[in-house]
Amino acid sequence: MEQPLLEINNLKTHFKTERGRVTAVDGISFSVEKGEILGVVGESGCGKSVTAQSILRLFDEKYTASYEGEIKLQGENLLQLSKAEMEKIRGNEVSMIFQDPLSSLNPVFTIGYQLMETIRIHQNRTKKQARQMAIDLLRMTGIPSPEKRVSEYPHQLSGGMRQRVMIAMALACKPKLLIADEPTTALDVTIQAQILDLMLELNEELGMAVVFITHDLGVVAEVCTRVVVMYLGQVVEEANVEELFTTPLHPYTKGLMKAIPQMDGDRSQKLNVIGGTVPALNAIPSGCRFASRCEFANDLCKEKAPDLQVHEGNHKVRCWHYAEISNKEAARHA
Amino acid sequence: MPNQQAESILQVQGLKKYFSVKGFRSKSKNQQVKAVDDVSFTLYKGETLGLVGESGCGKSTTGRALLRLIEPSGGTVLYNNEDILKKSPREFRKVQKDMQMVFQDPFSSLNPRIRIGESIKESLTIHSIGNRNEREEIVMDILGKVGLRSDHYFRFPHEFSGGQRQRIGLARALVADPSILILDEPASGLDVSIQSQILNLLQELQDDFKLTSLFISHDMSVVRHISDRVGVMYLGKLMEEADTDTLFSNPVHPYTKALLSAVPIAKVGKKRERIVLKGEIPSPLNPPSGCIFHTRCPFAMDVCKQVVPEKVEIQDRHTVACHLYS
Repeated sequence: MEQPLLEINNLKTHFKTERGRVTAVDGISFSVEKGEILGVVGESGCGKSVTAQSILRLFDEKYTASYEGEIKLQGENLLQLSKAEMEKIRGNEVSMIFQDPLSSLNPVFTIGYQLMETIRIHQNRTKKQARQMAIDLLRMTGIPSPEKRVSEYPHQLSGGMRQRVMIAMALACKPKLLIADEPTTALDVTIQAQILDLMLELNEELGMAVVFITHDLGVVAEVCTRVVVMYLGQVVEEANVEELFTTPLHPYTKGLMKAIPQMDGDRSQKLNVIGGTVPALNAIPSGCRFASRCEFANDLCKEKAPDLQVHEGNHKVRCWHYAEISNKEAARHA
Repeated sequence: MPNQQAESILQVQGLKKYFSVKGFRSKSKNQQVKAVDDVSFTLYKGETLGLVGESGCGKSTTGRALLRLIEPSGGTVLYNNEDILKKSPREFRKVQKDMQMVFQDPFSSLNPRIRIGESIKESLTIHSIGNRNEREEIVMDILGKVGLRSDHYFRFPHEFSGGQRQRIGLARALVADPSILILDEPASGLDVSIQSQILNLLQELQDDFKLTSLFISHDMSVVRHISDRVGVMYLGKLMEEADTDTLFSNPVHPYTKALLSAVPIAKVGKKRERIVLKGEIPSPLNPPSGCIFHTRCPFAMDVCKQVVPEKVEIQDRHTVACHLYS
């Protein structure tokens, strides 16, 4: 089997806080193949963004954060690289785009200047060449009249346009992997549709793999090929997108899917509710982390934490009773 | 559920809100942003009317203008056959008791230094409902109804989670026993598992309190779930209005069609034909002539650039403002 582009093994990210050390990401493992779009979904506080930023080691390792485990990019463990070596990975091999493009763009420089800066840091280009490249990148991301836009400031652009600029910037060095952290969450649906289309197009044209982090299961169904579902710092389910949506196994995944109002079908039924709230990171239950909110939980769940186990092929689930639960539900429907 | 004969409770006719913008460079010209431009609709007793649209379409301004949190620039709003926009502040206070609002972020509307019980009680004091002891009881009672405990009365806003804060927002709106509720994105910004709790609670409360509500949201699937009828807004105008099932199964306005097709669906193997709109919402400072949607409309004709389309009823209770149907 071919080596995956990115392989994460038992990654843990710890933070020092006033109330002691918390582990925001606790032993997650998954891999990203070349050219695929992997979705990472979960609710706020599940550790999906921390995972994303850990891949690029964006946290302050001197004072607050520490990592454990392995993040292998084409076989090379990123967690063992020096600062200077890591700099070469960022932007060149792996790029990232964030939810709010306005706060990641510098308001006092033109977008052209910022794009050229990115290009010139990573590649040996003259200013003139870099400017031409910047214009080409803007054109590629579908910005109309890029020759004019290149000398505009971030505040002159709309939200969708800014996100296009961020994507252009991330693509400047043709990275093999793009990490997109909620790239369309702040956008209106019609603009979101444009950006999703653009990302699919670029993924196909450039063969660039994407880790797509989102809380929106609808977006996942539209763009991703494989999905990782996270809950409280752990992966609770992993599957191909078709399998996840047709036969979800984990009670949390099932609950989430039934909690979203649908665009078709029966409206008179009440929405499914997952009772309670996510436990705090400094009060993680000893057994299964979802046990306190799970309607199927028994004593075993409260005492012992289940491992992520393979159900079939690459469908994995972290639950003691997933098979029973599925059978029970099938019986209820019959 | 409302039927054709349901009596109307609130009639909004030609509601307008223009904001004047002082030019930074052009000193002479005073430009106007037409945030809400000639919007008319009727709320029928007991129903939930959803108002959807993208950011900047004027849906929140409409909600606020109805309560005169922002003073409207024109139009009439009839409640009990009286125009509430013409009432004096003192008279309007009585209307405010009957019309309450729930905001998206209740945290920013709660005073961090006042216990939430007191915050909720304020509304009773203002409308002089009950005496001191009774008020406390009413508040305890309403806390129970929105799924909070009575000991929450003595806590401060920061002690609550996002979902609980939204429950507090609801309690505060409901404590004066209103008949109309205006909800401005009440479930946005919450995680889906919490969002579903709040939506279910809302439906229960609507039945309990026999409320009529205006539900403002950008989320189509949420609006579909909760509304009986839906109005679609774009750049300050109401483009289409119909019963929820009709609107979602048979949208006729090109904007509604595009908007609905852009919503990602959490199902696989059900790829719909997506209409991707080109470009972005034009600046409201300089709105297009004629039909305001013509710059992005795939079916735009010559007439669209010149003439503003009139609202026409193409079916019973289904109105649309588009030249394709006039």
